[in-house]
Amino acid sequence: MAGSVEANAVGAVDRAVCVEWLQRVGDNALILGHRVSEWCGHAPALEEDIALANQALDLIGQCQLWLGLAAEVEGKGRTADQIAYLRDAGAFRNLLLVERPNGDFGQTLIRQFLFDAFHIALLRALTESSDPRVAGIAAKAVKEVAYHLERSADLVVRLGDGTAESHDRMQKALDLLFPYTGEMFTDDATDRAMAEAGIAPLPSRLKPEWDRTVADVLEEATLTQPGQVWQHGVKGQGGKTGVHSEYLGFILAEMQFLQRAYPGATW
Amino acid sequence: MYAQLVKSEGSKSREEMTPEELSFQDRIDRGEKVEPKEWMPEGYRKTLIRQIGQHAHSEIVGQLPEGNWITRAPTLERKAILLAKVQDEAGHGLYLYSAAETLGVSRDELMEKLHSGNMKYSSIFNYPTLTWADMGAVGWLVDGAAIMNQVPLQRTSYGPYSRAMIRICKEESFHQRQGYDIMMKMCAGTPEQKAMAQDALNRFWYPALMMFGPSDKDSIHSAQSMAWKIKMNTNDELRQKFVDQTVPQAKYLGLTVPDENLVWNEEKGGHDFSEPDWSEFFAVIAGNGPCNAERLGARVKAWDDGAWFREGLMAHADKAAARRIAAE
Repeated sequence: MAGSVEANAVGAVDRAVCVEWLQRVGDNALILGHRVSEWCGHAPALEEDIALANQALDLIGQCQLWLGLAAEVEGKGRTADQIAYLRDAGAFRNLLLVERPNGDFGQTLIRQFLFDAFHIALLRALTESSDPRVAGIAAKAVKEVAYHLERSADLVVRLGDGTAESHDRMQKALDLLFPYTGEMFTDDATDRAMAEAGIAPLPSRLKPEWDRTVADVLEEATLTQPGQVWQHGVKGQGGKTGVHSEYLGFILAEMQFLQRAYPGATW
Repeated sequence: MYAQLVKSEGSKSREEMTPEELSFQDRIDRGEKVEPKEWMPEGYRKTLIRQIGQHAHSEIVGQLPEGNWITRAPTLERKAILLAKVQDEAGHGLYLYSAAETLGVSRDELMEKLHSGNMKYSSIFNYPTLTWADMGAVGWLVDGAAIMNQVPLQRTSYGPYSRAMIRICKEESFHQRQGYDIMMKMCAGTPEQKAMAQDALNRFWYPALMMFGPSDKDSIHSAQSMAWKIKMNTNDELRQKFVDQTVPQAKYLGLTVPDENLVWNEEKGGHDFSEPDWSEFFAVIAGNGPCNAERLGARVKAWDDGAWFREGLMAHADKAAARRIAAE
């Protein structure tokens, strides 16, 4: 497969940069998929249980594709599984938002909605990537994520404009998680290199679309956008550069347990 | 079997039956399906609600022992497969609650009975899943035992239940195959993996045999349920079939079934085997199994913690309806 790398746009940037960027996209899917899967069997209604499992499945599937491509571009013989299961926390590149604990169902939904609104904007742009493999994965994922967003936005509206208690819980969840959204739109050297090669959009360019989606949904949900608040991870020290919250270590301790306890075993 | 010890409403001889009951029994004997709006004896309806309800509860409680390993699945592919499988269980619960609703009981009523301990779920889900091999053993043995019972139930007399079973059986056979596939990988793996697989078989063998319920001679409710074709085979018939199917599969894996008395009986054309410890079974059913408190506790917590969510959705639906009316 290494030969095909040169035929793709990925050849236009440094491989390490490209692998770094692919891990950002793949790790977001992996870690959010992990969090969502924690609900399995514990959701507030059977329909939610089924929907959340679906969403987790979509995300794990996307992660397999992104990390699979990262492994291919890297060209060192690693697999998606090895990337997922054998890195320590500092090598993960997911946003801080997606490693936040599930909290109550309101927090899970707000986290999902804020991420979905970003994810859809990113994937739409990636369908036009100069790299056909990136565009191909995005074309598949964008359909799934369109549904994730439809679902999370719908539930945010219903619960925001539901009972006093549901409104209160959704507002609290929004206030808690909004400070983790700034990190989505920060541009760094990796992002700029990928944008210059036409492979990926600059994150900052996704913000207007995200702002519109979020503002529309929150208004209908009768929720108040926290506005200009302190943002985590925006000074180059966040999930994208491997500086995580305390939560990620525990996620990995759980996720990687078997691979670490029985090195080299086949499952 | 996902329904155990289902109490059946009293059995009547033909002489004791009313003309309506007689013609109902004749329809069943001819192999006709009973549909929701049709007349049925109250005992038939009540017994079916108990059985379908217990089956539905087993599906959703059954998500928990396997859900326990989703976040620890050893590869991305195994994680995706397990997620899909546990999601299927929730889907089975949904079909079955819907089938029960056609008999005039709501899902919320059934949930309430589960949470208050007035309805049971299969004893098997009160056993812990301690290693990854348990994901293999559960798929292979637990889903395998469930299929034994559910395949004949596709021909059960109640239409909605029968149709739910047809869909469920398709998915269950995939579940069993994925369980066996995990076992094959473990048995072909490192010595530690093989030991894990043997340990899983040791722990799940007798609980799997218990899934079929006590021996027919002790099963007081079987006769009426069989006459109504709510139950298609006796507990002992199904258990025998399960043992005969499973023993060669264990042999293929190179695993030992934990029963010193297990031997092929040429004369009966099946294996002789040891009965499970029925006192353990009754203790588990009574709430004293290793995980009863955790399993039921998890379901009650999910329901209680989700109350605000469900109420919020209802309130929004009411507001939206009021706004539509006001706009007209």
